[in-house]
Amino acid sequence: MTMTMDKSPQIDSHEKEVKVTLRIKRYNPEVDTRPRFQEYEVMLKPGDRVLDALHAVKWKIDGTLSFRRSCAHGVCGSDAMVINGENKLACVNLIRNVGTDLTIEPIRGLPVIKDLVVDMEPFFAQYRSVLPYLIANDDPGYKERLQSQDDRERYDDTTKCILCACCTTSCPVYWANDEYVGPAAIVNAHRFIFDSRDQAASERLDILNQKSGVWRCRTSFNCTEACPRGISVTKAIEEVKRAILYDRV
Amino acid sequence: MPAKFGDFGHKELLCQRNWQKFFISDFQKRDIRAKLYGVKVHYHSYDAVIVGAGGAGLRAAIEVAGKVKTAVITKLYPTRSHTGAAQGGMCAALANVEEDYWEWHAFDTVKGSDYLGDQDAIDIMCREAIDAVIDLEHFGMAFSRTPEGRIDQRRFGGHTRNHGEAPVRRSCYAADRTGHMILQTLYQQCVAREVNFFNEFQVFDIIFDEKDGERRVAGVVAYELATGDIHVFATKGVLFATGGFGKMFRISSNAHTLTGDGPGLLFRKNIPMEDLEFYQFHPTGIYGFGILLSEAARGEGGILRNVHGERFMERVAPTVKDLAPRDMVARAIHAEIREGRGAGPDKDYVYLDLTHLPPEQIDAKLPDITDFARTYLGIEPKQQPIPIQPTAHYAMGGIPTNVEGEVIADGNGTVIKGLYAAGECACVSVHGANRLGTNSLLDIVVFGKRGGRSMANYVSQTDHIDLARGVEQDVLDRISAIKSATGSKKVSDIRTELQLTMTDNASVVRTAESLDAALTTINRLKSEYSNIAIDDKGEVFNYDLVEAMELGHLLDLAEAFVIGAQARKESRGAHWRDDYPTRDDSNWMKHTLAYKDADGTVRLEYKEVVSGRYEPMERKY
Repeated sequence: MTMTMDKSPQIDSHEKEVKVTLRIKRYNPEVDTRPRFQEYEVMLKPGDRVLDALHAVKWKIDGTLSFRRSCAHGVCGSDAMVINGENKLACVNLIRNVGTDLTIEPIRGLPVIKDLVVDMEPFFAQYRSVLPYLIANDDPGYKERLQSQDDRERYDDTTKCILCACCTTSCPVYWANDEYVGPAAIVNAHRFIFDSRDQAASERLDILNQKSGVWRCRTSFNCTEACPRGISVTKAIEEVKRAILYDRV
Repeated sequence: MPAKFGDFGHKELLCQRNWQKFFISDFQKRDIRAKLYGVKVHYHSYDAVIVGAGGAGLRAAIEVAGKVKTAVITKLYPTRSHTGAAQGGMCAALANVEEDYWEWHAFDTVKGSDYLGDQDAIDIMCREAIDAVIDLEHFGMAFSRTPEGRIDQRRFGGHTRNHGEAPVRRSCYAADRTGHMILQTLYQQCVAREVNFFNEFQVFDIIFDEKDGERRVAGVVAYELATGDIHVFATKGVLFATGGFGKMFRISSNAHTLTGDGPGLLFRKNIPMEDLEFYQFHPTGIYGFGILLSEAARGEGGILRNVHGERFMERVAPTVKDLAPRDMVARAIHAEIREGRGAGPDKDYVYLDLTHLPPEQIDAKLPDITDFARTYLGIEPKQQPIPIQPTAHYAMGGIPTNVEGEVIADGNGTVIKGLYAAGECACVSVHGANRLGTNSLLDIVVFGKRGGRSMANYVSQTDHIDLARGVEQDVLDRISAIKSATGSKKVSDIRTELQLTMTDNASVVRTAESLDAALTTINRLKSEYSNIAIDDKGEVFNYDLVEAMELGHLLDLAEAFVIGAQARKESRGAHWRDDYPTRDDSNWMKHTLAYKDADGTVRLEYKEVVSGRYEPMERKY
């Protein structure tokens, strides 16, 4: 069985390198009293990732630059940062798409520890506060619980969250008010509130009905725009608000 | 107190609950500037320590936490672990959609392993697979469902009905993000059980107590990334679940952080490494990047094609075609490219074609991998085939363990008390010479659970060993040696050269010459490694230092890998020698055990394969 390969793409592995300028916000707590910008120039192919640009700096020019990264293809959520003013993962944005003039800063709203590394503990504490795990006290025995395809689809969008903090640290309310649990925590509450197997929706809704909860959201949609997984974050928050108002899931 | 599962007492907590109560960071309480006056050493005492928080580590933690005082040490945040990158599914003979038995699964796994897998362990894994999937469902995992609401199952490479008749639907999945769902679910359960995590702590040393020639675990020494402080954990048991070492290859599906830290550490402590030369190359990595495109793409009907559009797997595996095991498919792609039927300017890739699949099926079943193709290659997989090449993916070998997860120190099965390993870093061996797709997610949950359970049992029946003062000195010395080194070589240059030589000379197809070339380069790189310098001399998030430490592990493991491959003069599973292209059961149906002797040389021994119901036969699909 063969097919015509007319539409088959040709990938050019010999793409010409271009000069990429990075302005990186640096801060070393052992030396600096305040953050500063430092500029680097590296040669990269247009098909390289922003993460490759950071690696080029770290591995060839300046080993003191610190940033988190792991999987390098957008599933682990380590390398959220502000790239040219927008919250993005460095590993899913190619130079071709973001341009050769890059300004890179740490995500906002969490304390900066060093360079692009922020303290993630407040973020994970907010995550833990919404009971982000299945609570079901029935005994299903030695077989799976049944769930219809429609019921599974109901919470599919919010299962995609990788806890990268792009949404939470793009939220103006979160920047201004560290009491707010933030979009990511609400997304992870939503994932269980609308799971037909779960029995603790009302507890989670009570938590999110407090003044640290969903009512802080001003629907600016920054979170939805920032999400690298394409989750409709604002919609999830609104669904939780509606569930609280009308007392139904 | 860790909450009992199913009884969370959350009603009482509700009135005062807000997130600040959960804020446990002590980072801000510390003045980092004080660090300038020297490294601080902290001491902790635990019954059990788990190193690594991917699927195997978290599954073990669920088993151990609540029974004994447990610490989970991870160099990342748990949800960053590479289990989350697994896509296609987890096989178990649930028979939800068609007839299936765990014995068929076991047969496929034995045959897939090219008869190097230990059949006692394979039986356990395939039998316990069913409970393992049900456990995950009860933990809240969001499996894809059948119209009847049961866990849906799909086809996967090498998994067949009735001993090879035809592909079978055995893989339980959640779209193409099964690993993500498993990792999240296990982490959620750890949050529910209030498991004690030490995030962004990297273990640099393990302490043994030796009495009458018998070694027992006494503790581990860890490095806190945020502060540069050293933490000594006195513990009765340690379970390593640190994952693989795929970053010794240039084209790799592995995360940057997969540097073989657990195996590398133990290898230096005279613990052998089993079957390192058996390393899996996944057939379908995104061209140039190596990013994984799940076998599920072929399970859903995707087809591999060469530059002429020919479905070349029909020639190689007439029965199961594109769903042949990974070693055979990777070799077939390699052959297409070598014989000039590759595509592109360098004729060095082939195509994964999904264009004939209904768009709704692609959106529902393969959303992530099609997004990867759009993001990294700018291709629309619904209309264009995706350029792919084999990518370094999974270590079948690693720390030798028995079926209880206990690490064994020699070919006679001598157990090292208190030392456990599970997941990719371990070698039980259920994967033998070639792992079947989905069996890694199965391995981590089955043997993570078993390892955790046996560690909990052991530590509750044994006493603490007094740790001698100054056990951290070796780590302090190594750190200051690297920081004060004034050599001329860069860590990244050595690592890049290692990756290039391994991908060129020790990957899908090997020969005596290619392996000799790899070993010569590795030996040179090892001497260059003693002549490095790093830029960052600071204490806070010094990834420069960490990368230098990690490179040491990669070099050690690569050396043993290549020496094992040189010695094995046959072709079996993922280890293909062009100069010895047949399997040699009379001489080589045995596991390699590589030891690092005191003088640093690698010595090989061999260990019998555990046989069982299935006699070795020719491997045809």
